[in-house]
Amino acid sequence: MDTTVSAAGPARPVLEAPDIARVLTRIAHEIVERAKGADDVVLLGIPTRGIFLARRLAAKLADITGATVPVGSLDITMYRDDLRLRPARALARTEIPGEGIDGRLVVLVDDVLFSGRTIRAALDALNDIGRPRAVQLAVLVDRGHRELPIRADYVGKNLPTSLRETVKVQLTEEDGRDSVLLGARPADGQ
Amino acid sequence: MLHLSGGSPRTRGHLVSAADLTRDDAVLILDTAEEMARVADRPIKKLPTLRGRTVVNLFFEDSTRTRISFEAAAQRLSADVINFSAKGSSVSKGESLKDTALTLEAMGADAVVIRHHDSGAPHRLATSGWINGSVVNAGDGTHEHPTQALLDAFTLRRRLVGPDAGLGQDLSGRRVTIVGDVLHSRVARSNVHLLHTLGAEVTLVAPPTLVPIGVEHWPCEVSYDLDAVLPKSDAVMMLRVQRERMNAAFFPTEREYARRYGLDGERMARMPEDAVVMHPGPMNRGMEITAEVADSARCTAVEQVANGVSIRMAVLYLLLGGSESAVTNYRTEESK
Repeated sequence: MDTTVSAAGPARPVLEAPDIARVLTRIAHEIVERAKGADDVVLLGIPTRGIFLARRLAAKLADITGATVPVGSLDITMYRDDLRLRPARALARTEIPGEGIDGRLVVLVDDVLFSGRTIRAALDALNDIGRPRAVQLAVLVDRGHRELPIRADYVGKNLPTSLRETVKVQLTEEDGRDSVLLGARPADGQ
Repeated sequence: MLHLSGGSPRTRGHLVSAADLTRDDAVLILDTAEEMARVADRPIKKLPTLRGRTVVNLFFEDSTRTRISFEAAAQRLSADVINFSAKGSSVSKGESLKDTALTLEAMGADAVVIRHHDSGAPHRLATSGWINGSVVNAGDGTHEHPTQALLDAFTLRRRLVGPDAGLGQDLSGRRVTIVGDVLHSRVARSNVHLLHTLGAEVTLVAPPTLVPIGVEHWPCEVSYDLDAVLPKSDAVMMLRVQRERMNAAFFPTEREYARRYGLDGERMARMPEDAVVMHPGPMNRGMEITAEVADSARCTAVEQVANGVSIRMAVLYLLLGGSESAVTNYRTEESK
């Protein structure tokens, strides 16, 4: 889930480019360790920034195991539980790798884990696409405040936050730089 | 993320006329349809997005194709569908459009898809205040058929630009020729407006008797010579000769029409190599199009049917999928 950076208040970087690279390397090793290799792993990034993280993880997994890992994207817009609370929004791309997900270990990849509602929607979406052997979750930042019984299997950084703070992930592919910023929500905000 | 929905009523959007769509609205609908099309390749061709919404198909005119296309689209998005056909209903007993609308409103329709023999009926329904739901025009008289134009534009973009390369793109610089009974064709009217909005250059080709009065105000060229236009066309759209509306003598004989304005293999060969032939269906083989052309790989008629479901899913999603519509905040006459 990406949280927009507030206009008010300076945003403080909590992870910089080298930290993000190290964190992703560690997560890649953890995936290989837990999956005993990565033979049946399929990485699915949740748009927008989850896709870039999934691609980076796939590259690291390929370095570690020497095999290519299928990587795709999973748009959860049509499965959201808050559709009726906001204007209809544009859809992003769902791209399931040719191998499919049946019987495989799907690792969902997102930038920030917050309420958990995005992941709930992702699990519903997966259900309509196939039946994985297991589903795991990798996130760059876990900022807490879960509203559903969901947790991540691989966490880049646990970042205790207050609800008045915003967490913004920037990635080179989308934002021109790599960083995770912690800011303050404007007082009149949501 | 807290979001108070508040007590404000939904602002409903409508799709009454292709001429009301901005370029950005139209591109958003096409892009959304591209994602909807991918759902058709999945083992479970269903999305939960419109669960609990009710879509009424209100058809005053027979149109099995359009109705089942809207029905399939609504059902793939998990909406409940009620089919209301004028034949054998209260309408044949003399009920007015207003009373029918009030009945549908009382049943809680979130969207009304209306096909009507009179031009302007969907506009009346959308602006009258009789219903709160969204109105989608599925063809009214000789006025408009916006979802047909959208699915034609979608088919064109997929064929001429590509399904992936086309995302976010319009049809700038593409030359589209629309051939046949323009006078009676709401498909032609909607297409001229939408294709123009999307940047395409449109040429109408028809016998002079089948060109509507006032066509000089349409954003298109008019020609009476099909053979001269064909070599410069990226797409040729053949309109059905509407025999049911031919109560006056618009052309001498069907054979002469077919000879001058019909598309056969020889004419198709004069088109550029990658140009496509479109037909909104149902086709009169041997009249406006020969079997050879209809069955060739360049004819997109069957693709258009599949694309129609994707486009209607996109329209229903964008109108009903959120607290307010993402497109076509329908402009009333006063604000135009």
